[in-house]
Formats: sequence, C-alpha cells, structure tokens
Amino acid sequence: MRFGIVVFPGSNCELDCHWVVQNVLGQQADLIWHKENTLKDYDCLILPGGFAHGDYLRTGAIARFSPIMAAIEDHARRGGLVLGICNGFQVLCEAGLLPGALLRNTSLNFICRPVHVRVDSTATPFSAACTQGQVLCVPINHNEGRYYCDAETLAHLRDNDQVIFRYVSPEGKASDAANPNGSLDNIAGVCNEQRNVLGLMPHPERAAEELLGSTNGLLLFESILSYGRAASLTRG
Amino acid sequence: MIRAKVYVTLKGGVLDPQGETVKGALEMLGFGGVTDVRIGKFMVITLNGVSREEATSRVDQMCKKLLANPVIEDYRFEVEEG
Repeated sequence: MRFGIVVFPGSNCELDCHWVVQNVLGQQADLIWHKENTLKDYDCLILPGGFAHGDYLRTGAIARFSPIMAAIEDHARRGGLVLGICNGFQVLCEAGLLPGALLRNTSLNFICRPVHVRVDSTATPFSAACTQGQVLCVPINHNEGRYYCDAETLAHLRDNDQVIFRYVSPEGKASDAANPNGSLDNIAGVCNEQRNVLGLMPHPERAAEELLGSTNGLLLFESILSYGRAASLTRG
Repeated sequence: MIRAKVYVTLKGGVLDPQGETVKGALEMLGFGGVTDVRIGKFMVITLNGVSREEATSRVDQMCKKLLANPVIEDYRFEVEEG
C-alpha cells in the first residue's frame, strides 16, 4: 500500500507515522509538503499531529486552506482513505471532511497521558482488525480535544454508527471520570458517512511497538493494511 | 481607509471553561451580580481602496470562510470609515 503523510508547518508527528508505516507495517510512505497541489496515487493519506500553522485563530483553521487540501478532498471524494490524528483530526473537521469541531479541554490543561478508548464500531477500514467493544490503551497529547457538535449532528452520528472510538475506563465503561477533555458523549474519534475518512484525538502511532508500552494503536494500521490487501493495494 | 471590528463568540450552548474560570475569579474578588462570563475574539481589519458596501460584503465573507467556525461560533462586525 502507498501511504502519504501530509506535513504542514508546525506538524510534529509526521516522522512517528512514517516510522510506523514503513518500519512496523512494512509499507511505502512518503512525506508530502502542504504546498503541493497534486497527489500521487496514494491509497491512504495521514494528517499527523502537531500545531499546523501554529494553530493560530483556531486549530486547523489556516491548515484547512493549505494548497494540498483540495487534492485531499478530491482523494476523499473518490473513496481514498484519510486518517487524521490529533491535529489532523482538527484540520479534517475545519475542512468539513468530518462533522463537528474540537474545543479547548474543559480542564484548560494540556493533557499528555495514556487513556483508554473503546472501539464502538469495527465497520471502518481503520478499525476492522479490532473487536467490537475492545478497549485500547493509547496516548493523548492535546490542548483542544473536546469534541463538540450540535444535537442534530450527534443524533445523526449515532444513527449512522459514525462514532468509532469513545473514552472509557480500563473496564470499558464510558463515564465523566473516564472523559479526559469533556468531549460530547465521550467521543474520541468519528468517521464520515462514507466511512473512508476517520479522525481521532489519541495517537495510535505512539502505541504501535512494545518498546512504547502498548501495541494497541497498531490495530488501526493493521486494519488499513487488511483493507488494502482485500482491495489488492499491497505492494511489497 | 476602512476599519472593521470583528467579534467572534462561542455559540450559546457551547461550554466556555475560560469564561467559567474568569467568572469564579471575579466572584472571588468580590464582584457581585455576575451571572455569566463568555470569552471571545476581537479582530480589527483595515482595508484600503474599497467602498463601505464592498468592505461590508468582503468582511462578511471573511467571517464565513475563515474568521469564525459556524459549528461552534457566532460573529458580528462593525465597519468604520476614516
């Protein structure tokens, strides 16, 4: 499979993603500067974590208008996979590729620690290798992670099985105590209606090797790879 | 020269923890009667070579496209000449 990892000025997790795709998953990965206007024939694009364009004005607000974004929207429209991690999730929401927005954490603190998220839908190319209800231990690292959308959108997300990850206790129970940032309905990750674009605040690339304390995040990358194999996109 | 003053605020139903914290601080300082504090953004945009009508239309587009996110924010602005 061919992965493209989009680099904005201020991105800082692109090399972690590149490492996981190339060295752990054994697939081809390119870094793509945000000023590119066109994309090669990528199977999966990753928008990594960081502070794109300094997160000035709002997280993702400026990045959403980077030259590469039109090509990313086109890729998504054609059914290509797009994974937004942390800041990448914020950019995808600003771009309207995913519903909702990410607001300042209720605690007003920057939070950097492992959390537990429950897989509430395995019906995406990003979560198919997980089991329904599986609890993953994956780190978060953000100041603006409070997912918000209006009541109508939330009802739509629930009805369409678009809430893929929720913050939970280690036992898998969604509660206020297990919600690190005040996210609506404990939402940690959502997908679009077509299910080919997914955004999540936790960092699966930081939980993809034993050395890092958890390999739970690798399940997302393995899901993508299985999807690619089924679609005969695997190379090498 | 035209100056637009743009106010961007969180929508009514959106929790504003900064506002809550400031409200608590005001109460601690003894200011009574404060029922709510909402924190927003204030931007001053200076334009040259456009009419007042054109500036108004342009700033409205700026708000819709970039300055405010309609999912979470409302905006309003005032246009001044001179």
